[in-house]
Amino acid sequence: MAYSDKVIDHYNNPRNVGQLDKSSSEVGTGLVGAPECGDVMRLQIKVNPETQVIEEAKFKTFGCGSAIASSSLATEWVKGKTVSEAMEIKNTDIVKELALPPVKIHCSVLAEDAIRAAIGDWKKKNGVAEGAAAPQAVAAQ
Amino acid sequence: MSTVASTVEIPAGVTLPIYMDNHATSPLDPRVLEAMMPFFTQKFGNAASRNHSFGWEAEQGVEQAREQVAKLIGATAKEIIFTSGATESNNLAIKGIAEMYRERGNHIITQATEHKAVLDTCKRLEKAGYRVTYLPVKADGLIDMEDLKRAIDDKTILVTIMFANNEIGVIQPVAEIGKLCHERGVLFHTDAVQAVGKVPVDVNAMNIDALSLTAHKIYGPKGVGALYVRRRNPRVQISEQINGGGHERGMRSGTLNVPGIVGLGKACELARLEMDEEAKRLAGMRDRLKAKLESKLDYIHVNGTMEHHLPGNLNMSFVYVEGESLLMGINDIAVSSGSACTSATLEPSYVLKALGLGDDVAHSSIRFGLGRFNNDAEVDYVADKVIDVVQKLRELSPLYEMVKEGIDITKIEWQAH
Repeated sequence: MAYSDKVIDHYNNPRNVGQLDKSSSEVGTGLVGAPECGDVMRLQIKVNPETQVIEEAKFKTFGCGSAIASSSLATEWVKGKTVSEAMEIKNTDIVKELALPPVKIHCSVLAEDAIRAAIGDWKKKNGVAEGAAAPQAVAAQ
Repeated sequence: MSTVASTVEIPAGVTLPIYMDNHATSPLDPRVLEAMMPFFTQKFGNAASRNHSFGWEAEQGVEQAREQVAKLIGATAKEIIFTSGATESNNLAIKGIAEMYRERGNHIITQATEHKAVLDTCKRLEKAGYRVTYLPVKADGLIDMEDLKRAIDDKTILVTIMFANNEIGVIQPVAEIGKLCHERGVLFHTDAVQAVGKVPVDVNAMNIDALSLTAHKIYGPKGVGALYVRRRNPRVQISEQINGGGHERGMRSGTLNVPGIVGLGKACELARLEMDEEAKRLAGMRDRLKAKLESKLDYIHVNGTMEHHLPGNLNMSFVYVEGESLLMGINDIAVSSGSACTSATLEPSYVLKALGLGDDVAHSSIRFGLGRFNNDAEVDYVADKVIDVVQKLRELSPLYEMVKEGIDITKIEWQAH
């Protein structure tokens, strides 16, 4: 399969790799996907409590090149946006930006889910009314 | 900034890209090409033309090739039927035997990790009223002989079990299977595509009744293969699947692919003469690759038993790294992955799943296929590059991080999508 230059660039030089302090009230964590499906994304955001602007974003992804690129791009895009602006990011925008082929659309869906899950986690921590957050993985008892 | 782009140096004697996918196909040996060349141009005759010298010299080329193929597997020339490749050979053997022996029974036994050319042929026969038993394999990739013994009943006409697996390289207990089949009066066919020319094959010592092989896995051309069909003890009959001019003693009509067949013959001759030494060299390179990878990486393991194994095969899982992303990082090396993302069906390898591997581990698997034209310098480069990229991708892997922090990721309720 031929990858677009943008996918290759994000794969070779992924942006914002790492982790934020999960326990901080300013941090929202989204962990989506499943190892059996071949992709797991963890996307974290750090939100300014005054302005609701996402000041930092980090990710780690287990998955194919397109999954890595989608989540890397997602961290770039959420940074500097307010939480409600970030909720507007659509998987189709990611598909377009990275020129993903049809077989890789699920990677973009997962990245959108990761953004929503991270925001949902942050909202929950801060008592903000829940929007349409994507389901995410939870540590079992 | 984190980066996956690899910085491994290219040693002297290595030209990129490196081909290490010899189970998929192999390059044509120049000596094979040389043998084939005259049959494209001067000796272009139809091997079935009986009344002029053009036909005779083509036929002579074909008959020499028939001898060469037969000799490699301990058969006689008359037992060799030329086909378009192993998929056709498998279809011809399985359907041909099933049809011919329909009155004796309708039960066929095969196993889970066969090539699709066998599995899909068996499925087709199921639709036509045959009963097929698909034996499981053990975690080491081999069938359990006790399962086979139990599966044979008075309606069983055919056991078809591959010689060596194309993904994980394990070698089935073919001689034991053949012995059992002969004791029970059941015919035994084996898809020996990956084994012929790589390990010793003897149709008599191993009680093989029908055997499929192909040229392009043994440094011959694509589009030509053969089916061995036993003529004595017992005489095996197959019903033809392609009708026409009655070529190949009526078992496979169609004008013979003379240059291809000559190439197959030459490839078999070279394999017979060089197999012992080549197998040692390939196993040496394979072990070197394995040792290097194991010395630098944790959470990796070999799929399939190493005890009964093709010399050039190494199938490894690099857990917590997805196979396609690994292939992308080593894109100057041609290998294969068990990852779903590299297949048209988006399902991970059914062979790896049959060993009991979870989908997550199957997604992380790479098949290295060493061949005649690989060398130690390439092996060293491949090992260094894989180590480098796996380490970088694990820095990116949330699963690897969690495992390193002591989190049991199997206890997480993942949201499958």
